[in-house]
Amino acid sequence: MTPGSAVEPFVAPFESLAGDPSAPAPIQSLRRAAFDRFSELGFPTTKNEDWHYTSVAPIVEHEYTALLDRTGDVRRGDLAQFGHGARDWHTAVFVNGRFAPELSDLNALPSGARVSDLVTAWTAAPQLVRRIGALANTDHSFTALNTAMMTDGAVVQIDDDADVRRPIHLLFVTDAVAAKGMMHPRNLVVVGRNARATVIESYVSLTDALYFTNAVTEVSLADGATLRHYKVQREGARAFHVGTIQAAQARDSHYLSFSFATGGALTRTNVYTTLDGEGAGPTLNGLYMLDGEQHCDHQTEIVHAQPNCFSRELYKGILDDRSHGVFNGKVYVHPIAQKTDGKQTNKTLLLSGTAHVDAKPQLEIFADDVKCTHGATVGQIDETALFYMKSRGVNRDMARRLLTYAFAADVLETLEVDELKVSLEQMTMDRFTNPSDSRTVER
Amino acid sequence: MTPQIPRALARAEDDCLTTMALLEIRGLTAAVGDKQILNGVDLTVNLGEVHAVMGPNGSGKSTLAQVLAGNPAYNVTGGSVVYDGRELLELEPEERAQAGIFLAFQYPVEIPGVSNAYFLRAAYNEMRKARGEAEVDPLEFADVMEEKLRLVDMDTSMLSRSVNTGFSGGEKKRNEILQMAVLTPRLAILDETDSGLDIDALRTVSNGVNALRRPDNATIVVTHYQRLLNYIVPDFVHVLAGGRIMKSGGKDLAIELENRGYDWITPHASRPAAGAAR
Repeated sequence: MTPGSAVEPFVAPFESLAGDPSAPAPIQSLRRAAFDRFSELGFPTTKNEDWHYTSVAPIVEHEYTALLDRTGDVRRGDLAQFGHGARDWHTAVFVNGRFAPELSDLNALPSGARVSDLVTAWTAAPQLVRRIGALANTDHSFTALNTAMMTDGAVVQIDDDADVRRPIHLLFVTDAVAAKGMMHPRNLVVVGRNARATVIESYVSLTDALYFTNAVTEVSLADGATLRHYKVQREGARAFHVGTIQAAQARDSHYLSFSFATGGALTRTNVYTTLDGEGAGPTLNGLYMLDGEQHCDHQTEIVHAQPNCFSRELYKGILDDRSHGVFNGKVYVHPIAQKTDGKQTNKTLLLSGTAHVDAKPQLEIFADDVKCTHGATVGQIDETALFYMKSRGVNRDMARRLLTYAFAADVLETLEVDELKVSLEQMTMDRFTNPSDSRTVER
Repeated sequence: MTPQIPRALARAEDDCLTTMALLEIRGLTAAVGDKQILNGVDLTVNLGEVHAVMGPNGSGKSTLAQVLAGNPAYNVTGGSVVYDGRELLELEPEERAQAGIFLAFQYPVEIPGVSNAYFLRAAYNEMRKARGEAEVDPLEFADVMEEKLRLVDMDTSMLSRSVNTGFSGGEKKRNEILQMAVLTPRLAILDETDSGLDIDALRTVSNGVNALRRPDNATIVVTHYQRLLNYIVPDFVHVLAGGRIMKSGGKDLAIELENRGYDWITPHASRPAAGAAR
């Protein structure tokens, strides 16, 4: 497979989209330029340093139909399982990549917060069009492909000084209609000066069919803004998922990201942020749990472009069976970014002798007065703790499960949305707990 | 001064057909890696008794405790241990616990992320299951805990903390006794429970242990110092040195050890006794 030949199957879907009259001219030219770029780049091979541990061959060896029209048969009742028990979140639902207003709940949004689908947004608010593509880097093949093929997604705008207390949930769900299909959701989140909001981005599935999600979310935080941005990736068992988040942070802004990933056959999540103003900082956390033959890759990149910024990062992986985890944490500190305070931690728990992880911290520091640390550990269940629990009568299986849950507990604890935290804790607990064991997490 | 003849030993010899010992250790040898640590331990413990096992550092006291609890890091190389009529050494650690053996660890293990409440209830329910009793739910368990917490003077807030995580030395030891109170063992083994305790914590921990003493259980107190035995008064004191019990006596032996040290009993404690396998 050469990169060029892999591009060929995407030409026809792109051309079918090129004549889309609903898109304004700037979007059409953005798409065209992105497809040209994608055609030049092709798909990355493992010779590409950023994809060294993840071969995209399994994605590329299939051909996909572009799901351009609204499809699917999803009812409200189907979605309850993805709502984390929350009753009052603002929810925008996308079925097989297209906005489903009848399944969404956006009526209670406070003034100062607007959520719409991409098509409505680029039609109604031409000033927003300029923001699309302003951050995401089409030198990355998958981002170029997304930009070329984008048809729908969410646009979230938070006005200056707004404090949006309830989370805004962007729920992307697939059903059986998505089989052999591809979706390129494109989201834009704009948070105004000193505003605060929470956006939860979920990718979930009602089908075990094979499909391909390639999402891009651009996030901009103005001076003093705070955004909690939590991603829940629970794609179907045979799905491929590539998701890129590109954030830009102005002075004193705080971006709190969490990537929870358990789904898909082969998945890659990129979380990139650039610190463009002093005092800004991200907290990038994540937890991924794999089994079977799953492959899950996270790449994070924090660009310290200004002085006096901080960054915090904690990623944990729990790998069973023959699964493969990848973590690559990049931190760039520009020459002017003095007094940078960065800390990165990556821990992996291997539950089987055949699971493996490739962890690669990557710090490139060009300023001299900085404090940057990183640590990566790969381990197994602590035998001392296991014996301690067994000595209290707890059988080996349950002790292993409790210790496995315990490994994940501290990173889950960082979630600042209670319903989501409890729900993901329960999901994690259940994953390592027999139905016969107790189901309640006490805290 | 002639030490009195230990009652347990006398009874074991006289009434061996009528009195069944709770624990009977015969010729126990054990190693860590290539290093032989226990060189033939004999010890009999009957119901209702408190035995103190004393000895200098490196004598094998903690090894004996860990071996009885089934720590897989220790390799039993010979001898037998019969507990309540069963071959103890054939049981998994959790089976031993379910059969009523409890080891209070010298160094309780921190388990970040597992709450004390969850862990205690899980253990409590495992015990109940092993006895064929119904499991208790969190509410019922809260009632059980209330009384037990008082016993070791602990606040309910510690239930929501992760097991031993960030606990002070004293809190960890009290937490061990709390677990013991919850699990109501038939044979409790306290491994250096006094180490690192100030006098108040020592008193609290000892009071907890004493409150749990009953005619139908037994306790082995492993300690380097006599101090703890002022609070938990033993029926018998054994001196372990060089991996075997060199001397047994009543509680006065502990006082004598405190005054005279261990050297008079174990002039060659650091070497295996003559004839022992090297």
